[in-house]
Amino acid sequence: MIKSILIVEDSATTRALIRAVIDEMGDFNTVEAASGFEALKILPTEEFSLVITDVNMPDINGLELISFIKNTPRYSHIPLIIVSTERSEEDKKRGIALGAKAYVTKPFKAHELQEVIKQSIIV
Amino acid sequence: MKASKKEFIAETEDLLFECQQYVLEIQDTYLTTINPDTINALFRSIHTLKGLSGLFGNQGVTDLSHAMESLLDDIRLGKIPVTEDVVDFLFKNIDHLRSAVDAIKEDKEKDLTEQINDIRKFRSSLQESSGSLEIKGLIDDSILKVLSEYEEHRLKANIKTGNSVFLMKAVFELATFDTSLEELTKKIKAQGELISTLPTSSDVPDGSIAFNLMFASDRQFSELKGQLGENLEILVKPRSPEKPPAKKQEKSIKSSTATVRVDIDKLDRILNTIGELTLAKDAVKRIAREMSEAHLLSSLVRDMHKISQTLERKLTELQDEVLEIRMVPVGQIFSRLAQVIRRYSREIGKEIDLELYGEDTELDKSLAEEIVDPLMHLVRNSLDHGIESSEERKRNGKREHGTIILRAFQSGNHVVIEVTDDGKGIDIEKVRAKAKEKGLIEKDKEMEDRDIVNLIFTPGFSTKDVVSEISGRGVGMDVVKEKLSALGGFIEVNTIRHKGSTFTMTLPITLAIIKALLVKVGAEKFAIPLTTISETIAIEHSDIQTIEWKDVYYLRGEMLPILSVSKIFHITTAQQEASFAVIVGFGKRKLGLLVDEIIGQHEIVIKSLGEYFKGVSGFAGAAEIGRHEVLLVLDIESIAEKSLMRQEGVSHV
Repeated sequence: MIKSILIVEDSATTRALIRAVIDEMGDFNTVEAASGFEALKILPTEEFSLVITDVNMPDINGLELISFIKNTPRYSHIPLIIVSTERSEEDKKRGIALGAKAYVTKPFKAHELQEVIKQSIIV
Repeated sequence: MKASKKEFIAETEDLLFECQQYVLEIQDTYLTTINPDTINALFRSIHTLKGLSGLFGNQGVTDLSHAMESLLDDIRLGKIPVTEDVVDFLFKNIDHLRSAVDAIKEDKEKDLTEQINDIRKFRSSLQESSGSLEIKGLIDDSILKVLSEYEEHRLKANIKTGNSVFLMKAVFELATFDTSLEELTKKIKAQGELISTLPTSSDVPDGSIAFNLMFASDRQFSELKGQLGENLEILVKPRSPEKPPAKKQEKSIKSSTATVRVDIDKLDRILNTIGELTLAKDAVKRIAREMSEAHLLSSLVRDMHKISQTLERKLTELQDEVLEIRMVPVGQIFSRLAQVIRRYSREIGKEIDLELYGEDTELDKSLAEEIVDPLMHLVRNSLDHGIESSEERKRNGKREHGTIILRAFQSGNHVVIEVTDDGKGIDIEKVRAKAKEKGLIEKDKEMEDRDIVNLIFTPGFSTKDVVSEISGRGVGMDVVKEKLSALGGFIEVNTIRHKGSTFTMTLPITLAIIKALLVKVGAEKFAIPLTTISETIAIEHSDIQTIEWKDVYYLRGEMLPILSVSKIFHITTAQQEASFAVIVGFGKRKLGLLVDEIIGQHEIVIKSLGEYFKGVSGFAGAAEIGRHEVLLVLDIESIAEKSLMRQEGVSHV
């Protein structure tokens, strides 16, 4: 079965870029959410193997989304990756403490993100 | 331009406009209550711009917006306080970004290294420690750990200023939570600042989702409970209850609206199609009329009439709606000018109070773009040469601060934009002497002051020795006048020595489809834009008098200059005893154009005459009517100006 990845990112261009990077890997199906709210609605609709989220979003931030996923028994097994331009070490530490597998800083190289995705799903 | 590049430019221009609005809002509020949402929104816009330019490979814009983003991050995290210098610096760099994007439009790339270094230097010179506040223990850890650094800063900032922190739990159905939550957050934002929205699935029924909303407010717990409901608890009590309540934020963060961005070229094409449909509609009307003449009122003819009326009504509606879409508020231009005035006045060391009126007045988007340069010229002129230095103003018993007033209002089918300053006004005697020296007026002829002042709009008039008085920077006012004339508008000036000047620009609201009066002179037909006409009258030739080489007609006791269209264009006409005078106005002046026949009103789409006829003056373009008949549209402004200059001076009606 092809695994699905949920991309949560409010910038359409960045979403498209992440999707293109994943499409290149060939192994995954991608679903996009333009906000944290959209992600909350999409989560129950299918089984996701990975969630990639931004931190700085207008309604609920990426850390809140991670906390929700990790504290909801139905989703707590889903690995999470943060892709964000936040340079703040503080946000990075918080994301990891909440249970994110990795933190990728934008702008990223395609192969870097691909490597992190592979590792997050396998581990 | 490639579509993707066009999209990129359009999106970046929108973002930069947004940024400018946010900085203007910050400028208005930083001394009293600055809205953190505005700073955060500005940060986000620059952040998006950075992402967008990075994706399109524009390294310069990416790096500059990255530097700006870092500066704004420090500002939103309270590491850099907002001061007048910071506001100026933000304005300046938005300008740099705009000119870099303009360069991309022309396939050029600007070197922005200096600007990027400036931002770095500026940033490090201002960073200060905001002092830490320990919040561990005050608030539940499960909430604290999901706060981003920015949210934590906002929480601390609110506690420091003495606001209380509240937590509200709300449970919604999963299917509809977003709309219900949006309503609740609106209510909360009306009472304070929403800091965190944490979703949770614990202790909620299946198919539901709960949110823990943490917010800060200066309101009392009991008051908020009444407004928001029972599920409210207080997390942090106010630190200093004596503190006067903070000024309520008047401006809310710009909400996303259900709008789309449309390329103005696409709207132009739609209007063009409407123009062509109007011609088809006219043909249907004509056929209906001819049919009714040939077949009287048969049911077919009645149907034809009916359908032609419906077509006409619907086309008018469609046209009005498309024109409506093209309208933008003048405020958009004013805010750009405000920025220039603010920055430039500081550069030249003049204190200026700026007053804006009628920002909601709307005009066509294309026109709005076109008038930015002329307006900018007038404004810089007022700043450079209209308004005196503080010392000079003090010496003359004036307020030290100069005032510039930008005012827009609608007047019939026109939009009027005024630039007023309370500076020294134009030295009419100096202009008169210069005009005589240049041979613009005969040495022994006297002209009224008003007409003398208008000579500043004559090409080549702005020579060095009067430049400091009237035109500034060596760019002639003739350029401004020419531009406005090309847009179907005109400019007037009113000036009082030592009191100030007002430049008044009058423009049509739209350039697209216009109503015109069709007239006949000899065998020729012409169209005169209705917006230039105040009335039409029939006059006997014997009532036209010649006074000092001028043909005039006394209309309601006032002298109306008369010009014959047949004479202007050397058209042979039959000798008549009476003619029609179409009274056209440019500003407060009027004149009567003599024509043989008035055919009636018609909607026309003005088409350019093209390169071949570029040098021909007197015509604004051509229009097609009826059975593919093409006629010329008169350019009233240029006709009036040329003829009246020949006649020396104009009187008023």
